[in-house]
Amino acid sequence: MYTQGLASGVDTNERQLEDAALLQRFQERIDAEERIEPNDWMPEAYRRTLVRQISQHAHSEIIGMQPEGNWITRAPSLRRKAALLAKVQDECGHGLYLYAAAETLGVAREEMVDQLLAGKAKYSSIFNYPTLTWADIGAIGWLVDGAAIMNQIPLCRCSYGPYARAMIRVCKEESFHQRQGYEIMLTLCRGTAEQKEMAQDALNRWWWPCLMMFGPPDSASQHTDTSTRWKIKRFTNDELRRKFVDATVPQAHFLGLTVPDPELRFDEATGHWVHGAIDWDEFKQVVAGNGPCNTQRLERRRRTEQDGAWVRAAARAFAEKEKSHRNAAAAA
Amino acid sequence: MTSIRVTETPLVTYVLRRADDALVLGHRLSEWCGKAPMMEEEMALANMGLDLIGQARALYTYAGEAEAAGHDEDALAYRRDERAYRNLLLVEQPNGDFAVTMVRQLLYAAYADPYWRAMMSSRDATLAAIAAKAEKETAYHLRHSAEWVVRLGDGTPESHERTARALMTLWPYTGELFETDAVDDAMIEAGIAVDPASLRDTWRATVADVLGRATLTMPADGYMQKGGRSGRHSEHLGHLLTELQYMQRTIPGATW
Ligand SMILES: [Fe+2]
Ligand SMILES: [Fe+2]
Ligand SMILES: [Fe+2]
Repeated sequence: MYTQGLASGVDTNERQLEDAALLQRFQERIDAEERIEPNDWMPEAYRRTLVRQISQHAHSEIIGMQPEGNWITRAPSLRRKAALLAKVQDECGHGLYLYAAAETLGVAREEMVDQLLAGKAKYSSIFNYPTLTWADIGAIGWLVDGAAIMNQIPLCRCSYGPYARAMIRVCKEESFHQRQGYEIMLTLCRGTAEQKEMAQDALNRWWWPCLMMFGPPDSASQHTDTSTRWKIKRFTNDELRRKFVDATVPQAHFLGLTVPDPELRFDEATGHWVHGAIDWDEFKQVVAGNGPCNTQRLERRRRTEQDGAWVRAAARAFAEKEKSHRNAAAAA
Repeated sequence: MTSIRVTETPLVTYVLRRADDALVLGHRLSEWCGKAPMMEEEMALANMGLDLIGQARALYTYAGEAEAAGHDEDALAYRRDERAYRNLLLVEQPNGDFAVTMVRQLLYAAYADPYWRAMMSSRDATLAAIAAKAEKETAYHLRHSAEWVVRLGDGTPESHERTARALMTLWPYTGELFETDAVDDAMIEAGIAVDPASLRDTWRATVADVLGRATLTMPADGYMQKGGRSGRHSEHLGHLLTELQYMQRTIPGATW
């Protein structure tokens, strides 16, 4: 989900050049559910797909700090303020683990961050929507972290070891965020009329963008095949979306909220909730850079990089001096 | 929502002052979220902010108990206006650049660390327990900010210049750390509070050591700003509180 913009990564010529025996052995290991580790042989396209997916996931965690960070200074109680600050800090930590996981594939964090800042890397479309009220913090925890979990639990069994292990750690924290977000919603829904209205409004604005987080419908998605064969992806976009809807609709009902989809119905035959049509045009626009906050999010990241440049330069200069002092002391 | 009126006994005022220091500085650090010069520092600033907000919560809860008028931590944090806030002027100063934030943290932590250590033997058991936790946290804040001030002071010409400027800007707010009034006297007398005068040498030695390693000069003590302890603040605090208290003032009396 945090990797919706993923384009098909396999170059056929390149694959033919690779040793067929190595490739076969690699696929056998994948089929046997063995984990691939950084020093193991892997096809170039596997490496490239993973770098793209893991770095997009990392970028999403980092950009995702902004919409929630928007409410830290205005959180309505000290308990909520501390919990939100800790949550956003967790997301930063996720970004750090994920960049580290991607680095095991031979790409430096700086390079990945440069791509993000240059507007060449994608991150989850969801973070291009604004947080307008406190209820949005509840809705993001409940829905966005909830959708992230749906996508990331299968990634805990991803064939690439460092990514799978990062996901296990991340998923634990995301479930905690999800419960915390739901609890914010529950408190609002049991509160004053104004609070409940705020909660409904947040659901109205976040519901559809959350369904879009799982990416284009299976009928339109080109890259699932290879990713599935390599056990990077274990469920299709539509399957994950359906799991999310099935899990979330009863939670909305428990809150006493209305899902903003007049066509939503429970299908007795399949036992699944069926939702109405998703506005894929909106999704395409947001992915293409035209969402309500795309410009603002990237601008903010760039400004942060720029503002911090002198600090990083000072840290480097100081480390250099320390090193030469140490060397001088060792030589003396 | 209308502001609350706190009945300020010496103990209530004394505890509120510390709570306000911790909350205002914690809030300032939380303003850095998403803006830190590097991701590792994002984590560190949030850690320090969380520690301070945690200290504030414990202190407000205790102030509320001591007042015994039914004011909980949120009533005390969200429903007093700037004239009722009792924090040091130092902690309400805007974040400025990273040098200002780190120098502010150093100047405060170099005081707060020995302060909380001494408070561990307060005759007030609640404050002594809060102090034991706060001391460990503040020791880390001191280490972290000192490391940065040294790096920035002895980094590049630009970082040196910025840090020297930060020091000049913030120095006039350091006198207030050691101010005492009748409230402090009563608490010191009762064996509840430590006399800040007894911390002055330690504070100066710590700051002098860090500045020396940072190749920075300790400013001369000129005219010192004061007033925070009695609610005469800089213009900055009102804006901070406007943001902090926004939700509680918008939908009064709600549970969050
Ligand atoms: Fe996360
Ligand atoms: Fe995530
Ligand atoms: Fe999360």
